[in-house]
Amino acid sequence: MNWFTNTLWTSVGKKLLMAVTGLFFCVFLALHLVGNLTIYAGKDAFNSYAEHLHSLGPLLTAAEWGMLLFALIHICTGLLLFYQNFTARPERYAVNKRAGGRTLGSATMPYTGVILLLFVIYHLFNFHFVDKTHTTIFQIVSTAFSKPSYVVIYTFAMIVAAVHVSHGFWSAFQTLGANHPKYTPFLKGLSLVFSLIVGIGFGFIPIYVSLLV
Amino acid sequence: MTKSINITLNVWRQKSAGVKGGFETYHAANISTDMSFLEMIDVVNEQLTLDGRDPIAFDHDCREGICGMCGAVVNGRAHGPEEGTTLCQLHMRYFSNGDTIVIEPWRAKAFPILKDLAVDRSAFDEIIVAGGYISVNTGGAPDANAIPISQEIAEKAMDAAACIGCGACVASCPNASAMLFAGAKISQLALLPQGRPEAAQRALAMVRKMDELCFGNCSNERECEAECPKEISISNIARMNREFFKAGIGSAVM
Repeated sequence: MNWFTNTLWTSVGKKLLMAVTGLFFCVFLALHLVGNLTIYAGKDAFNSYAEHLHSLGPLLTAAEWGMLLFALIHICTGLLLFYQNFTARPERYAVNKRAGGRTLGSATMPYTGVILLLFVIYHLFNFHFVDKTHTTIFQIVSTAFSKPSYVVIYTFAMIVAAVHVSHGFWSAFQTLGANHPKYTPFLKGLSLVFSLIVGIGFGFIPIYVSLLV
Repeated sequence: MTKSINITLNVWRQKSAGVKGGFETYHAANISTDMSFLEMIDVVNEQLTLDGRDPIAFDHDCREGICGMCGAVVNGRAHGPEEGTTLCQLHMRYFSNGDTIVIEPWRAKAFPILKDLAVDRSAFDEIIVAGGYISVNTGGAPDANAIPISQEIAEKAMDAAACIGCGACVASCPNASAMLFAGAKISQLALLPQGRPEAAQRALAMVRKMDELCFGNCSNERECEAECPKEISISNIARMNREFFKAGIGSAVM
């Protein structure tokens, strides 16, 4: 192996991969949310947002492939870390008690991650890999969310996403070495705020759309 | 005022490395609340010896909280429930009459159990051997303040150097990761000018050795800094990461 893979293939290197790809997905979540919020401005605003997005053409395709690559890195590294961490303690403790470091988010990262992976696949098949020739994106969305099962699944998935992000966001900065007595408390607060924005921002859209129809 | 309590212990007993162990129950009567946790085990062991049974093996040395030799997981907490305390400095006054206390050894693949509560922590020594030193001839004692170091940096280096290598970070980490230990050992030298010439080599060698020894991976759970008897901060892990990236990507060291 060369110096590059040698560096990335260590425990610290794998953390770096998780942090960089994870932060990228935080940026993606923010952009995706801003786009989705146009639904509150009505059907036309939402459809026109989708149209403008797709008019980007090759740029959008490049972003999609880039995201797929980052997703593969994040998922594969995450699963490998989960397996390695599991085997690092072959015999578990009989009594487990937290000392105050662990949070709901940090303790459930691998599990919320797997749920999100399943959700993303489900989500892509609902809204991305569908025939859009004779319909608009608003129609697809409103048809989907007229079914209560979709609303429940989507809202639940967004709560899971919020929990995942609540640890992932600040944790990525810590991994990148950005730990500072002045800024780390702010980043931890921002992590919580961002997770709430993700949970509430995305989570209310299915409920809102289901009330419209 | 001295008080006495009666407690029940559930202690992990294991004859030797690699064999199956299990919990055994002991009753400790008339334990003075002024005793340390280890003195309480001494009392139990005296009775076990008189009864012709095998006493509980546990690690200990200075019993002053500075050597890093003692340690066990007490009711799910490394070094027991008190913050910033080694097991030898944990006193029985923190327990109540009638309590049941579960005592387990540090559990990690990299820390194999030798007997009962005693574990083999030579993995930590191997990490130090990989690079936790500076190889310059010091000569005669240098003049004080010959190299100017700010109070802030000196304090940070000293905070990292407070690590006694007890292994509580590994024991309390949900992933059995040794990154707080490695972070502290890399930081104490990386912060000071004497440690800079070998900083890149050290960061790479110590992290690689840590991985080789099958410690887990840090996921920023922060249980280590909460359990560390010397209250070492995870800012040392962030510094280790910076040192490692600088060395792996920015330096010429392979």
